[in-house]
Amino acid sequence: MTEFWTDYLFPLFIILGKILLIAVPLILAMAYLTYAERKVLAAMQLRQGPMTVGPFGLLQPIADGIKLLSKETIIPSGANKMLFLLAPMLTFSMALVAWAVIPFAPGWVLADINVGVLYLFAISSLGVYGILMAGWASNSRYAFLGGLRSAAQMVSYEVSIGLVIICVILCVGSFRLTDIVEMHRPWWMTILLFPMLIIFFISALAETNRSPFDLPEGESEIVGGYNVEYSSMTFALFFLGEYMNMILMSAMATILFLGGWNPPFGLEWAGWNWLHPFVWFVLKICLVLFCFIWSRGTLPRFRYDQLMRLGWKIFLPFSVFYVVFIAGILLYTGNLPNIADGVK
Amino acid sequence: MFVRAARQFLLLELIKGFYMTFKYMFKPRVTINYPFEKTPLSPRFRGEHALRRYANGEERCIACKLCEAVCPALAITIESEPREDGSRRTTRYDIDMTKCIYCGLCQEACPVDAVVQGPNLEFSTETREELYYNKDKLLANGDRWEAQLQQNIMTDGPYR
Repeated sequence: MTEFWTDYLFPLFIILGKILLIAVPLILAMAYLTYAERKVLAAMQLRQGPMTVGPFGLLQPIADGIKLLSKETIIPSGANKMLFLLAPMLTFSMALVAWAVIPFAPGWVLADINVGVLYLFAISSLGVYGILMAGWASNSRYAFLGGLRSAAQMVSYEVSIGLVIICVILCVGSFRLTDIVEMHRPWWMTILLFPMLIIFFISALAETNRSPFDLPEGESEIVGGYNVEYSSMTFALFFLGEYMNMILMSAMATILFLGGWNPPFGLEWAGWNWLHPFVWFVLKICLVLFCFIWSRGTLPRFRYDQLMRLGWKIFLPFSVFYVVFIAGILLYTGNLPNIADGVK
Repeated sequence: MFVRAARQFLLLELIKGFYMTFKYMFKPRVTINYPFEKTPLSPRFRGEHALRRYANGEERCIACKLCEAVCPALAITIESEPREDGSRRTTRYDIDMTKCIYCGLCQEACPVDAVVQGPNLEFSTETREELYYNKDKLLANGDRWEAQLQQNIMTDGPYR
């Protein structure tokens, strides 16, 4: 009986605690991401943004949350009830589950598995099923169109994201996210990977259905796309999932390209070590998130054929070329990571 | 052609656009926090109607019905008969605010500055009936806004 306690139940509670420690701040961060988005967009359009609820409208996300939760969940009579309710749950849980492998600081990671990148990739691919299911189960034309668009879009951009990740893996020689962060990269490698960061960022915009690639939602053409029929809690879950995916993609960009929790620009040698690594990690995520919002404030929505052209005719050939290019350079300069001795 | 391709590939146009929005982020806001802050109003502002009185409390309106005649929206209805002292007064002065188009012709037609459009623009109501103003309501409006109405007429008078 004591073994049951010490070997099974006690670790279980610790893991549950850790999960809560990640999930609760994440949901809070997501709530305030919506606030930040509204404020930044407002600033770019010379408006004020939310100002009424609380000082500077700081309580606005909480008010929005309460509003959403206190509304009625409407299930259309023609909808497939089970799938209709399952879809937002799937989207939300996929967005949350991916955080298991994200290292926040040295040692601050829930599951430090050796194929973390593949895991992330798999989970973000699964996320599309939620939207597809929502589109189909709603039994509404707009939702169906939204679901179709989202499926096509996410699948096409996943390909180039995969190739971009391969570039990083080539440089680092490990699928483990902590290794990718801890691996010391020479300055030229960062510059070499910079075009890949751009491609990763743009693909991430498409992957999370953010503007300028927000065709699945397309308020002005298909009135909200896959989430037309959703209301209240079910809508809130989609909303949470979308923003959580944004944060996740920012975290991925940070880990793969921006050096994770390390201080940027080699500041660690300049005495900038006093800031906790976690703070650097969060700051870098915020920077990428700002870019997400920034592009929403700047770019108009793509047309559907333009989106597909960009994905298949420009990004894919370019990233394939770049994989070969990077591999060639690494081979030529002898910097190819040695799998035999380097990696655990 | 090569230059064009290079320009497209380096995303120069995009960078320009992004720089633009970034610059705009630090410009002063053009909107105000409306219910708490308000923009200045011209003395000619044509808002809610009011019927004014003389300083001794006598109502200005002499029931000439010029406003009723000039009103293009037929929003004003007036009935009149002589009072005990022999002067002609309105017994009914209604303005249907749902019909009114706020053109200001009534206040221009008025020979005694009795009916005016004041500076008040926040008079929305919850029912339609509340917007059918009668004489009492209009006189009450006049009493409420008299100071400002007088001020407005004084500032704007020389230009009329």
